[in-house]
Amino acid sequence: MPENIFKVNEEEYMLPGNRACQGCGLSLAYRYALKALREDTILTIPASCLTVLHGLYPTTSVTIPCLNCTFASTAASAAGLVAGLTATGKTNTTVVAFAGDGGTYDIGIQALSGAAERGTDFIFVCYDNEGYMNTGTQRSSATPMGALTTTTPILTKEQNKKDMLKIMEAHDIAYIATTSPAYPLDLYDKFVKAKRIRGTRYMQIHVPCPPGWGYPPRDTVKIARLAIETGVFVLFEVENGKFRFTGRSKSLAEKGNRLPLINYIERQDRFKKMSVEQLSRFQKFIDNKWHEYIKKAEA
Amino acid sequence: MEKRDKNISAMSTPAIGEAGKTGDWRDMKPVIDHSKCIPSVKKRAACYLCWLYCPEGVIKTGIPVEIDMDYCKGCGVCAEECPAKAITMINEGDDNG
Repeated sequence: MPENIFKVNEEEYMLPGNRACQGCGLSLAYRYALKALREDTILTIPASCLTVLHGLYPTTSVTIPCLNCTFASTAASAAGLVAGLTATGKTNTTVVAFAGDGGTYDIGIQALSGAAERGTDFIFVCYDNEGYMNTGTQRSSATPMGALTTTTPILTKEQNKKDMLKIMEAHDIAYIATTSPAYPLDLYDKFVKAKRIRGTRYMQIHVPCPPGWGYPPRDTVKIARLAIETGVFVLFEVENGKFRFTGRSKSLAEKGNRLPLINYIERQDRFKKMSVEQLSRFQKFIDNKWHEYIKKAEA
Repeated sequence: MEKRDKNISAMSTPAIGEAGKTGDWRDMKPVIDHSKCIPSVKKRAACYLCWLYCPEGVIKTGIPVEIDMDYCKGCGVCAEECPAKAITMINEGDDNG
């Protein structure tokens, strides 16, 4: 049992009785992200599952101030908040933009790239549930190959997932980290660390989605953990250009004992039409990615 | 009444149960067997992995561990993750499970 559990902030900023689905991976990750960010934070969120979690006017289920912005302008609104806070001398307040994968990979990428290029002092968090889950599971550029969505209903998605982390790395920003709700303490620590760093910070959380991915809600943590064990999602940090593996991915990289991809695929209905050929292409895609990461870690 | 900025026209106030009593969503409910639950057995603060993994934050870390049934959505993550297998999911309305 991890002893650090007693060091976690006990205050709950995400109140119970919200609109998140049963067993929502986002709601678990969000709980710990907010615990780590604490007071003195302003959130800005575009249209996403998170808006649903935040609730309908005039009540909200989150006790931290939040601005609801339009889909494409997440990072732009964060840049505006930072400018406003600087002008009024409130430099201790952290601005956090929290967008889904649609709001990061597809629609929000222009504003995010602009803000990262200007070096805006904020945290951009992408919670990656691999599709437009809020509007009913449409394909996004974060959807992995072989997945069924309502916009790829027959042939499954044919393209590989876009490497957003590499795009953010190319912006040469202060801090990049990936986390997963299967390891809440790792997620907590990374957010605490991100809050202390100045400059543009990009975090990515891999959040399983029971209705969108097609698995029973009780398996949320198990699926998130399998994504790490099979190497579909990798836990790492890039601090000032220095890459390093963290947590479970570190020991996987050292021992090279990743589980075969099928362990992760077989538990989800969205992959039920995946062909054997696609499966081996997906496995190769992951192997290549790991090869790249290991090289980067050694450099 | 909280002081409001006159420049803000629409502002929500935080409240528990924004979507109502979400306990209504359950079809299965978690039941803790305190003869297996680690904090109850050891009679000290320990484990609490159910609290750690609860997506809702409805589990209270105490001795014994308690679940707020008004808002527990019944996802069953706690029952899956409990290392002592002390939590079982039983059908809603089935009280002597």
